[in-house]
Formats: sequence, structure tokens, C-alpha cells
Amino acid sequence: MHVVTLDSDTDFDGWRKAARALAMNDVRPADVTWRVKGAAPDLFDDEAETQLPEVPKGAFSVPASFMELAESAILHSDPTRFTLLYRLLWRLRTNHDLMEIATDPDVAQANALARAVRRDVHKMHAFVRFREVGREREARYVAWFEPEHHIVERAAPFFASRFADMPWSILTPELSAHWDGSRVSFTSGVSKAEAPTEDRLEEVWLRYYASIFNPARLKVKAMEKEMPKKYWQNLPEAKLIQPLIAAASRRTSAMIAEPGTEPHKPQKRVEETAMTRTPKAHAHAAAQTSHDVEPTDLQTLREEAAGCRACPLWKDATQTVFGEGPAHAPLMLVGEQPGDKEDLAGHPFVGPAGQMLDRALEEAGIDRSKVYVTNAVKHFKFVARGKIRLHQKPATPEIKACRPWYERELAAVRPALVVAMGATAAQSVFGKITQVTKNRGQIVDLPDGPQAMITVHPSYLLRLPDAEAKAREYELFVKDLKVAAAALKRAHAA
Amino acid sequence: MELLRKLEILADAAKYDASCASSGTEMRDSRDGKGLGSTAPGMGICHSYAPDGRCISLLKVLLTNACNFDCLYCVNRASSNVARARFTVDEVVKLTIDFYRRNYIEGLFLSSGIIRSPDYTMEQVVSVARKLREEHRFRGYIHLKTIPEADEALIAEAGRYADRLSINIETPLEESLTQLAPEKDQRAIRRTMGRLRLKLDETAEAKKTVRRAKPPRFAPAGQSTQMIVGADEANDRVILSTSANLYGAYKLKRVYYSAFSPIPDASRALPLQAPPLVREHRLYQADWLMRFYGFDADEIVEENEGMLPLDIDPKLAWALRHRDRFPLDINKASREELLRVPGFGTRTVQRILATRRTTTIRFADLAQLNVVRNKALPFIVLSDHRPSPSLLDGAGLRARLRPKPQQLGFGF
Ligand code: SF4
Repeated sequence: MHVVTLDSDTDFDGWRKAARALAMNDVRPADVTWRVKGAAPDLFDDEAETQLPEVPKGAFSVPASFMELAESAILHSDPTRFTLLYRLLWRLRTNHDLMEIATDPDVAQANALARAVRRDVHKMHAFVRFREVGREREARYVAWFEPEHHIVERAAPFFASRFADMPWSILTPELSAHWDGSRVSFTSGVSKAEAPTEDRLEEVWLRYYASIFNPARLKVKAMEKEMPKKYWQNLPEAKLIQPLIAAASRRTSAMIAEPGTEPHKPQKRVEETAMTRTPKAHAHAAAQTSHDVEPTDLQTLREEAAGCRACPLWKDATQTVFGEGPAHAPLMLVGEQPGDKEDLAGHPFVGPAGQMLDRALEEAGIDRSKVYVTNAVKHFKFVARGKIRLHQKPATPEIKACRPWYERELAAVRPALVVAMGATAAQSVFGKITQVTKNRGQIVDLPDGPQAMITVHPSYLLRLPDAEAKAREYELFVKDLKVAAAALKRAHAA
Repeated sequence: MELLRKLEILADAAKYDASCASSGTEMRDSRDGKGLGSTAPGMGICHSYAPDGRCISLLKVLLTNACNFDCLYCVNRASSNVARARFTVDEVVKLTIDFYRRNYIEGLFLSSGIIRSPDYTMEQVVSVARKLREEHRFRGYIHLKTIPEADEALIAEAGRYADRLSINIETPLEESLTQLAPEKDQRAIRRTMGRLRLKLDETAEAKKTVRRAKPPRFAPAGQSTQMIVGADEANDRVILSTSANLYGAYKLKRVYYSAFSPIPDASRALPLQAPPLVREHRLYQADWLMRFYGFDADEIVEENEGMLPLDIDPKLAWALRHRDRFPLDINKASREELLRVPGFGTRTVQRILATRRTTTIRFADLAQLNVVRNKALPFIVLSDHRPSPSLLDGAGLRARLRPKPQQLGFGF
């Protein structure tokens, strides 16, 4: 029989050194007795400490997860923990994967110990209540706490990094921790009588505790689960618990029985009442001939469109993304619909496709600040995939529902040239499904004034998988824009 | 007014906001000796619990409970006759520091009734945070409530000081907000959330690319929101799909569900009853299923049902509706499948996957794996356990698995 005496309850290094020597000499767990110096005498007290055997050359390795677990589990108050950990170590020599087997009783037991220790540390971080001793510059902060396990050393650094600028002490029956502004030191345990019993702020804290409690939602079990009764005696607010519970149902019924107050007359938001909720009224006029649409100024249009409910797309989106640009821009660019970023920002073409467009416009010699940009459909259409919103192509009914906004923008801006980017835009601009590839780059006259041209949507370029195709298509896109620029020049000259 | 009385009024007024967490922010401490406080990433600390079962982690108060708006579900609405109070900026700052030094709290959660204008109110809220951070070098947690329609520059400043920002969506149905809170506009609320997300994305992006200059700080613990449950007609299906939309669109850290609760001096326009606490609980469970178990919002509640069952949890309800997918052999099933077994938590699934790499899991092992046995057994196969087919197909299974009726939440 080997008897090992550790220096203290938390003497991990001593345990580790002894365990290593014993395991390497193949000493069976049943043949080792572990005890702590100065602890209460036990059954084996008459057995003298034995010499540790020599450690043979060589080494054996244990998984990091075991070391981590052992360092926590050893802080548990269970007197059998040293034996349990040694047994695990001993078994690890022949089964290196042992720690992965959650169903092994030794592993499960050690995990449970470590969990209890971690929980006790967490509760100490939470439930220590400092009391102020002395005032102002002289103040010290002193707390009394009764941990369940040997955790004071483990828990102390947390308080040091949190309350570095004030001197504090945490007194416990086993060990006391102190901070003097530069380092943590430990002294032996004390009795509760040595701890301060009051604090000038305690009454304020109790008032807060009583006020933040909602008597209409009593859930005592949930409270006790997280704040077990064993901690209550050192929590000043705990003395309020019973009275608060006792008064809860009376307070709640009193609230329900009360007659209630008349609400104020609703003050509707001013802008909102002025908003047209659908573009239908105007759509009707627009349906006859586009040039019949009475031009409204863009700001009014934008405000009206913000409340549009003409198709279901508004519902899942953040906001209407309306067109932007100078009021009478000679060039109007029409895209498909806003994307994720545009939806969040509320501006068209601010995402990756927008940046691509900016670059292409510059290369084509078109000044973006002189262009009016908008989309055929003004709300973002998407499907949610977890935390990602995947862009969806608008369907014909949505394009149709939204077209009146485009028509009214067109009537307000009166550009010389409209460039439709992509199929959705083309459908809106030409009022019917129009193929992009067949018609791109051609300037045509629209029935009622402006000229129009079709090209691809910049996001099509972004989606192309290989770099070569991307470069080629980008050149074509810029070429189209150059055609547009030339047409604009002609229109200007005319 | 005496400070204690103010605290009473302004904490009382704040207790209907369900958010409490102090989690998920960056790591800070005061080891350099130049400030006060610390935060840890990961779990926050609950310093106490109230008898309503809720964690007390932050000093949760309103700057003022005076409000120009008349939101019917709110105790602070203009037409309510409750006592009014207003903290000064310095009072909140001092209270926060004093409480913090005694280890009562992790930090501050500050909200406010809307007075004068959204900008004025937001500026007041921000100035508390500014003072805490700049004058007192406070490094604890700060959660600020964003006032709808406040100026973008103020929100940017709020994000510089706060760990978390939130703005409440209030009701799941936009139409009911128009009725219950005529001065509030859900679209404006969503626009603010959208702006917050863009800022959060930008900051995350800058952190990845900019090496030398530190990017400006912006709410490292992200944004959250609250939805009131039971003040309008919205069913659970609508609520969950609203949440899914909010998570997807604005990358919220949390959606808090707050069962509409009787309030002092309630408005006559709202029916008063005990709050639907069980329903709230089921919604939180369903929310977890979406966030950690790979469930889609619309498979959690049956389309033709609309409401989550109250007697059993939503995962069990789902499994009972999809009995054809069970029983599952837990020594073979995929992670995704295991996550759908009633009585298995995410940790349980992790342990199963690790354990079965080296050994076969048997009936007796279930206790060590932290499985809720009576819930799981009808749905799983082990080398020495196979549920009888009549059990899984039988009509009585639901009744068998239903927890014994018990009075909720009361008892000591
Ligand atoms: S997509 Fe167009 S038509 Fe549909 S709601 Fe939005 S603005 Fe109105």
C-alpha cells in the first residue's frame, strides 16, 4: 500500500508528481491511499506516508483534455477525487481515447466533478457581494462567501481583473483572497463574524431588486434552480424573496381589477396619412398611355412609394428602395430589384453590383452623378436560408404591380435615354417580355419620347464563374454603355 | 425627488423589457489599473434572480418614464397615470459605478421614454454611456436601447460606447402596431435595424482587412430585439416566421419574447389577463430549435395549426408529427438527425458522436449522456433497445409523454 500526502486540497502539482511516479511503476489504483496534510484523521491515519517509487526513464503522454479536467475536478470537495483521477490516469495508459467515452462511469464521474467546480466558480463570480469599509479614498471592499468546493484560488483572478482599481478582500471559511492594487495574496480562512455586516448602498440595491420584479410572472422554481437556497444567506436581497412572493398574487389581482385608463386620441403620423398605400390609382391612368401620366415631383413620388403595398414583396423587405439621381437626368438606368445591401441601406446600387456599375460607367465616360438610377421592382425579393437572404427573381405580377412607379419616375425625370439592365428591367421598360441577348446594344425609340436600350445586369457579370468569361462580358457591357453615351451625345446635339 | 424613489419608479418602468443578457461581447479588463470593470466573451453573469425567474445581470432602468407616445401595451404611455420620474445623467452614472463596485451587476441597460424628440432622447441616453466610458473608464457591459428614428450620427456614437444595441420590434404584426402604438412605425424600426446591421457588417469587414488602424468600435455584442406576445392576435406561426425574418435580415443576436403582462393603470383598450407564460416558454424553445437545431420556422408549427402545443415541447410535437422518420439508430444516425430526437440537447449529440467513435452506445449509457429518457426512448434504437412498433405508431404516445400536470412556477 502506498500512502501519498498532498500539501493541500488544491495541490495539483503534488498529485501530478505522485500519480506520475506511481503509474509509471504500475501501481494499481487500489493500492494507493491519498490524503491531505492537516485534514481530519481517517481510517488510514496510522499508516505512515510511504516513499514514492523512483520514476523510470521515458514518459507517457495524456490528452490535454484530461489535464484540463483533472485541474478542475481536483478542486471538488469530494474526498475520493484523487483516487478517481489516478484511476483515470492509470487507465489512460492503455486506452488513449478513454476521455472521449462519455459513457464510461469514471469519465462521467470526473466530468460531473469538474462541472460542479466550474459552476461553483461561476456562482462565486456572481454572488460575491462586496461591502464598503471606510469612505472615499480610504474605502476597502470586503466580501464574505462560502464556496462549496476549494475554488478561492481559481476564482480570485476574475476579481483582480475586474476590480483592479480598488482594494478588496474575499473572506471564506477556508481561505481568504486579497487584492492590494498589484497582486492577489491569500491568507487562511476566517469566521463570518470577521466580515462587515452592512453597506451604505444595500438599501438602494434592495429597492432595485424589489422594483425590477414583476409580480404578474411568478416563477419561483426557475429562480431557485439558478440561485439555489444555499447561497441565500449571504445575498442581502434574498430576505425580500418571501415577502415579494407572498404579495405577488394580491398585487396582480389588484392590477387586473383596476378600471383602466382611457387611451389618448391616436395621433396618426402626419406623413403616413398623406401616403398613398398603393400605386393603383395612378396605375389606372398610366395604363392608358404612359405620357398621360401627370408628372409629380420625385420627392412626392418617393414618399408615396415608401408606403406601397401593391404586391406582397413589401412585407418581408426592410423598405422601398426608390430611384435616385438628378431630377432631370438625361440618362436613366433601370436595374432589376434591390439586393440585400440595398434593402438595408435604402439606396439603389450600393452593393457589389453597384460598384461594378460605377466602374463600367466611368470607363464608358458616363458621369454617375448625372444619371438617374432605379429598379424595375422596388422591394427586395428573397428566400431566407438560415441567416442568409438569397436573392429571387421577381415574377411577372410583381413586375407589373411595380411598373406604375417606374412610369411615374420616367414621367418626372423625362430622360433622353433609358437603359434597361437585364430581363426584368427590359420587361418593365418595354412593357413586355423582351430578350436581352438578341436586342442588346440597339438604340430604339419608345412610343412616347425617350429612346431606350437593353444591356445585361451587372450582377450577371458577378455571377460568371470563370475570370476569362467575366473579363469578356465586362468589355461587352462597357461597350453597350459606350453606345448609350454616344446616343446621349447625339440627343444632346439635336 | 429622492433618489431611492426615482430608482423605484424607473426600475419598475423598465421591468417589462425581457432582454437581460450581458453576453457575447469582446474581452476587456482593468488590469492596467486605469479603469473599472471587465467583460468576458461567451456567457454573461447573472448576479441575482428575481422571484419571476428572471436573471438580474444589468442595472436595468429608464432614464425617464415620461413619454410623448401612447403605446397601449406600455405602462409608460402618455395616458397612463403612473408616477413619473427622471434621472439625471450623473445619477445613472453614479448608480452604475456604485452597484458595479459591489459586484451587484455586470453593467447597465439603459432605455428611455421618448421626450421632446427622438434625437433629444437618444442624445441623453448616449451621454450616460459616454460619461461612463470616457470619464470613469468603465469597462463593464453597456446595453443601450435605440430610440426609433434617431439620427444616424447618434446611433453611430451609441455603438462606439455600447456593447449591445437594441430596438424593439414590439408586435409581430405590423398592423397591430399601427393600432396599439399609433405613433410608432414598424418600417422605421426595421430601417434602423437595417442600418445597425450595415454598421455591424462594416465593422466586422474592417476588422478582417485593416491591419494597422483599429476600426472604429461598434456594438461588439451586436443587436437584439423584443416582441410582445399576447397583446395582439398574432399566432405562434406568425411570431416565429417574423423572428426568422428578423434573424435573417438583421443578424440579430436574440429575439426576446415578452408575454404581455398586466400593468398598473392599464389601458382600457387592452384586455387584461394573466400573462401567457407557458406560451412564452414554448416560443423560446422554438426559437432555440431555429437557432441551434437546424429547424426552419415553418416546420415548427403546422400550417393548419398556427399555435405551438402548450402541453409538450415543440421538438417532441414535431417528432410526433413525423413518426415515419423514427426510430433512429443512435449509433448510426447523422448529426442532423440526432438533433431532432426529443430529449437530446446539443451537448448530448456532441457526446454521442464522440463516444460512438470508440464504442457502441447501449441502453445503460443513456444516463451518462444526459438524455431525457422517457422522451427519447420511443424514438431511438440501441443495440439492446428497440421500441415496440406499436408504441411509436400508437395513438396513446402523446398522452404518455405529456408531463404530469403541475401548477406552473409556484411552489416552495
Ligand atoms: S415591389 Fe413594387 S409594387 Fe410591390 S410593394 Fe414594393 S413598391 Fe409596391
